[in-house]
Amino acid sequence: MTLQTMLLVAAALFSVGLYGAISQQVVVMVMMGLELMLNGVILAAAAFWWFLSPTPDGQVLLLVVITAMTVEMAMGFAVATLLHRSRQSDMTDMATDLSR
Amino acid sequence: MLTGIVFWVLAVVAVAAGVAVFRVDSMARATYALAASFIAVGLALLLVDLEFLGVITVLMMTMEMAVMGIYMIMFMGMNPALMPMSMVHGKRPALAVSIGTFVVLAAGALLVPWPTRRGAPAADLVTSLGEAIMESKMLVMMTVSPVLFATIVAALVLALPRGRYDRLGDDLRAGKAPR
Amino acid sequence: MTVTEVSAGWVPLAAALLLAVAAAAASLDGALAARSAGQPLGGGLLTPVAETARLFGQRRRTTVAADLPLQRIGIAGLLTAALLMVAVVPFGRWTVADLTVGVVWFNAMDVLVWAAVWLAGWGPNSAHALVGGYRFLAQALSYELPLMFALTAPAVAAGSLRLGDVVAAQSGLWFVVWMPVAFVVFCAAVAGFSVWGPLGAPAGATTAGGVLVEAAGVDRWLLSVGRYALLTAGAAFGATAFLGGGHGPLLPAWLWLLVKTAALLAVLVALRRRLPVVRPEQLAAPAWLVVLPLVLLQVLVVSVVVVVQA
Repeated sequence: MTLQTMLLVAAALFSVGLYGAISQQVVVMVMMGLELMLNGVILAAAAFWWFLSPTPDGQVLLLVVITAMTVEMAMGFAVATLLHRSRQSDMTDMATDLSR
Repeated sequence: MLTGIVFWVLAVVAVAAGVAVFRVDSMARATYALAASFIAVGLALLLVDLEFLGVITVLMMTMEMAVMGIYMIMFMGMNPALMPMSMVHGKRPALAVSIGTFVVLAAGALLVPWPTRRGAPAADLVTSLGEAIMESKMLVMMTVSPVLFATIVAALVLALPRGRYDRLGDDLRAGKAPR
Repeated sequence: MTVTEVSAGWVPLAAALLLAVAAAAASLDGALAARSAGQPLGGGLLTPVAETARLFGQRRRTTVAADLPLQRIGIAGLLTAALLMVAVVPFGRWTVADLTVGVVWFNAMDVLVWAAVWLAGWGPNSAHALVGGYRFLAQALSYELPLMFALTAPAVAAGSLRLGDVVAAQSGLWFVVWMPVAFVVFCAAVAGFSVWGPLGAPAGATTAGGVLVEAAGVDRWLLSVGRYALLTAGAAFGATAFLGGGHGPLLPAWLWLLVKTAALLAVLVALRRRLPVVRPEQLAAPAWLVVLPLVLLQVLVVSVVVVVQA
């Protein structure tokens, strides 16, 4: 376990998340992609913290990333709920697309 | 040695579960695959002595994914039977962009001459984090708390179909909500 | 009194102890059930043995288009979470895992129960089971936040998230004496994540057993044992964080912990038949509007006391 390997794993997580965030059509799936990207950011921040500068500041940064994630989730759910309510037909159309 | 093996197992689980999120054909499986990815990363944080943040990650993400699962199923109209789903647009460009990103990031990780470690971790990391939050980095936390509060209010305003005046009447005395 | 971490070889013994106490709780519940039915107590006491024999002889039920992997994860999850929870609880002078963040660890493990119960309800592809899973999440949203703040109180008072320090801080006065609100809320939350008594609606009779409805044989055994094990782990944690852990006169520390755990567990088991089941949606408003502010006040009181004393 070195800085490089941890960053590689973080980069892989980030890229997979990016693929999902770009390619998915459904709001909630896009959010899952964003979450996965932030997952990679957490791992990368932890790697930098441990291998470069293990001071409390880095831990605070990680805490902020996790907070950003909760904010993203809460707002994402709220917007998804609003979308679903205001454009119900749109979303059910999307659901019928599933069976194709 | 053992740490290395554990790390690689967790890394493979994290990435494989992350890929599974977009490949499985069930909303529940996709959500809990993401939860598994987060739990693996949370446990990996324990390897670098980030006990508090690692456990917090497991805690928060399991909770979030449990709620996320409900939203996925609610908005996608799926039953527990495994339904094939493919709702992607621009799959090729997305794949190209993400592979390109990975190559750039990986090249950066491997080629940048990273500096050597400065300083040593505190003996008690949890205490040092607590002191950082409440002393030198207090401003960060004081900014975060109104942001979180604003998020709660904004999310409720967006998501609630009816306010309390709808449920309880103009004088808020109408008793129980109509069902 | 310092807490030492024992080697991994003791883990099976710790797990066996948890299961033994959980079995005793099941016996007590069986006896209480027999008494309320007007039958002899002896038969009731043997309920865990009889149930185990019955369920091990029963076939597993399979449903159409079930999501088997997720179902299995959910069914095994309850017992796993209970075992991981109890790993940080100091048993007298010994503990299996002396984590610096033991309190947060306990909280994280009780959140795993969210996933486990919902998956156990989702997996079988059955309406009643799914309703049970959703009910559990609805109920969990009500009890989880008060539980988190209730757990904060002993941690603030001890100035540490390590359970050994929490026990050491209670050498003079048990935390339950000056944080009763946190203790009561904690006990209610234990009933919540064990799907127990008044908070047992996710497995309640109104949905023909909720998450349990399709589970038969080994699956049902695991779910039932998981619920009792969660109740036991919660009682052990409550005895550690609020009832002074191993502190007490004459007896050795581990025996005190066992006695306190058993007492708290007995109260929780006895309350099952005394209180009505609360519907999850009725729980939300009181939990967020009454209980949560009360617990926050409790944490404030504790914090002020700690600051004044320092």
